[in-house]
Amino acid sequence: MAELATVTLCINGEQRTLELDTRTSLLDLLRERLRLTGSKKGCDHGQCGACTVLIDGRRANACLALAVAHDGAEITTIEGLAAGGLHPLQTAFVATDAFQCGYCTPGQICSAVGMLAEVEAGWPSHAAADVARAPELDADEIRERMSGNICRCGAYPNIVRAIQAVAG
Amino acid sequence: MSTATRTLGSPVERIEGREKVAGEAVYAAEHDPERVVHAVIVQAAIAKGSVASVDAGEALRLPGVLGVLCAENAPELPGGEGELAVLQSPGVAYRGQIVAAAIADTLETARHAAQLVRVTYETAAHDVELHAGHPRLYKPDKVNPNFSTDTEEGDVDAALGAAEVTVDEIYTTPAQHNNPMEPHATVAVWEDGDLRLYDSTQGAWNAAQAIAKVFALDPGRVRVISQHVGGGFGSKGTPRPHAVLAAMCARYVGRPVKLAVTRRQMFTLTGYRTPTIQRIRLGADAGARLQAIAHDVIEQTSTVQEFAEQTAVVTRMLYAAPNRRTTHRLVALDLPTPSWMRAPGECPGMFALESALDELAIACGIDPVELRLRNEPEIDPESGNPFSTRNLVACLRDGAARFGWTDRPGVRSRRDGRWMVGMGVASSTYPARRAAATAHATAAGDGTYVFRISAADIGTGARTVLTQIAADALEVPLDRVRVEIGDSDAGQAMLAGGSMGTSSWGAAIIEACAGLRAGEPEVHVDTAESAREAVPFARHAFGAQFVEVRVDADTGEVRIPRALGMFACGRILNPLTARSQFLGGMTMGISMALFEETILDPVAGAYMNSDLAMYHVPTNADIGEIDVGWVAEEDTTVNPMGAKGIGEIGIVGTAAAVANAVYNATGVRVRDLPITPAKLVGRL
Repeated sequence: MAELATVTLCINGEQRTLELDTRTSLLDLLRERLRLTGSKKGCDHGQCGACTVLIDGRRANACLALAVAHDGAEITTIEGLAAGGLHPLQTAFVATDAFQCGYCTPGQICSAVGMLAEVEAGWPSHAAADVARAPELDADEIRERMSGNICRCGAYPNIVRAIQAVAG
Repeated sequence: MSTATRTLGSPVERIEGREKVAGEAVYAAEHDPERVVHAVIVQAAIAKGSVASVDAGEALRLPGVLGVLCAENAPELPGGEGELAVLQSPGVAYRGQIVAAAIADTLETARHAAQLVRVTYETAAHDVELHAGHPRLYKPDKVNPNFSTDTEEGDVDAALGAAEVTVDEIYTTPAQHNNPMEPHATVAVWEDGDLRLYDSTQGAWNAAQAIAKVFALDPGRVRVISQHVGGGFGSKGTPRPHAVLAAMCARYVGRPVKLAVTRRQMFTLTGYRTPTIQRIRLGADAGARLQAIAHDVIEQTSTVQEFAEQTAVVTRMLYAAPNRRTTHRLVALDLPTPSWMRAPGECPGMFALESALDELAIACGIDPVELRLRNEPEIDPESGNPFSTRNLVACLRDGAARFGWTDRPGVRSRRDGRWMVGMGVASSTYPARRAAATAHATAAGDGTYVFRISAADIGTGARTVLTQIAADALEVPLDRVRVEIGDSDAGQAMLAGGSMGTSSWGAAIIEACAGLRAGEPEVHVDTAESAREAVPFARHAFGAQFVEVRVDADTGEVRIPRALGMFACGRILNPLTARSQFLGGMTMGISMALFEETILDPVAGAYMNSDLAMYHVPTNADIGEIDVGWVAEEDTTVNPMGAKGIGEIGIVGTAAAVANAVYNATGVRVRDLPITPAKLVGRL
């Protein structure tokens, strides 16, 4: 049976106070309630990454996040990234044809934004030869760090190129 | 034509690119008609038998639940056949078949209600295992879509007996699931007896026709809208049972209904590639020229409806030999009905044929590229017609040079630390066809033009390339043309399948442009006649795939640092989006070679690894450098653009190239896909 709870979320810069079914995932809140359908549901199990959003600046699978567990959080979705004109990654994805069907794309882009911040903060990855040193974002690092986002159309080489174009 | 306005052949960015990266592109489940409610599917928990009872009491008591539909209370579907005869009997033909649906005002409540529906069953013994000695193997009348089941020419057995060199091996491929990123979904709206569906489909017009038939409605009363489709790979080529169910639920509760299939449900309700058991026999003379080719295929269908994959058909045209034989045999199992998955027939068939060619090259002691060059036929061995264009030789030669094929090591002779390194090659081919399509075109009078055609863009770039075709034919800039697709109201059109979409739709667009250029403000065309014209040519696209592998000598892990696909597919209309299609096909082929396998539990009678954690598809880290090239070609016997379809050929032959490279690296031949570490470790 539905139990309700009130939460306040800051979504793409806008403060929203919502009464929610406590079973509602952040993804279903965005898609079904707030009509922010840019975040995609590919598996609903945290296995494909299509629902990736930024929660307090860090990338996360919105399908695995219960909305009520994130009271007070700042959420950025693909719509938020495009708010003041396209984010450079969004432009780069179009220019390098880093997608075909486009369904994984919002998740890929949000994930890439989060990933670049992780690299900036010096977080190591499995692909790094020396985890004690500041990471260098070569193609192998990008491939490794972007492997939480599945693209069934097979645009991976173009996704790598798009991210390289923005990361410099 | 003034060169200034020509955009065909240029790398034009996707017209809907901005919408897709900004999250503005609306897919089926994202349509939100007023008063929409949610339906959730309840699936059969047995593999064979019937539903004895459905107790919906507890589900119906949940606040917010609007109804539970099952065989007992489901409306009759006058035209429901096969997989689309949803809830028309208590019978259960496979585990996961639809036995009920719960409808509620929110997704959360509908999901909970579906869990509360209590179903009891009468269970019967099930039969789910495909094997070569199955007692119920039979010969289907035709194989998909309409090919002869068997062919025979000359005396294969005698020729094999007389051949200097022979290969006789069994190759097997597992069940595979398409798994487009967007799960299948339908939003169904009834209005005054008319049905409108927002559906994730590769063919809005075909879907509307099929759904109209199920409900015995005048086809004009069903409209299917499908603006953006999150991949399909064949699985959205025909309507799936959930689309019928969504319409049934919407009628039952008198409100629009949204029904999104879950990833797990996709493994039973949306089609898959049949497993195959293929015996290939090759016989060659001392000069490595084929004297005999036999390809005998065993595969499965369901008890619900027949699907006969055309796995050996490709063997009828690729290489010549005086003695040739192909056969297909099926068994109907208590499993979901297999269906189209990217290059049905060619894809699994070419894994077997091109692996066998590699084995023949080794047996003959010649280079596998050279073996293929020696066996290049002058005419189509099947029809006796000349090929309209056949540039397999150019693909092999140019590809070999570009890839550095001469640097290929001897078998099991190159080591880089713990990695065993090797290279492999395989041919690719896919039919180049087109089908009928209708199109409407309007000249607005201000120099802009609007086209309406029931095409689909499932990620192929069709919307973009059709706009380019129209702009070029009209000699106007791209921004003067708008091509509206994904709406069955535009009338009959070929679906996005069989690599025939752009070929069929583009021909209709060009015909419409001729009318506009003649000064007509509004044009309606139907290419049925020109598409039907007999062409005295065998029309196929060709390609050659080169792969380098590194095999970990300790763990058996296979990595693919680089691959090259060289293709001959007529004129390439948009190199940016075309390259992506080839890339995507090759990536799915690498995936087939190394990862994809839906695993059957014979006791439960079901495919078990039904999610993306257990059914492996490649991630970014699994894919290395993929190079794509094409040879200059133009083929106006296929369509006026001179293009051939490119959606499928990229996956054809890739898996064989990988298997052949693994042999080159390790000396181990894997004839049973996928090439997992378990099949290598202990043999290295």
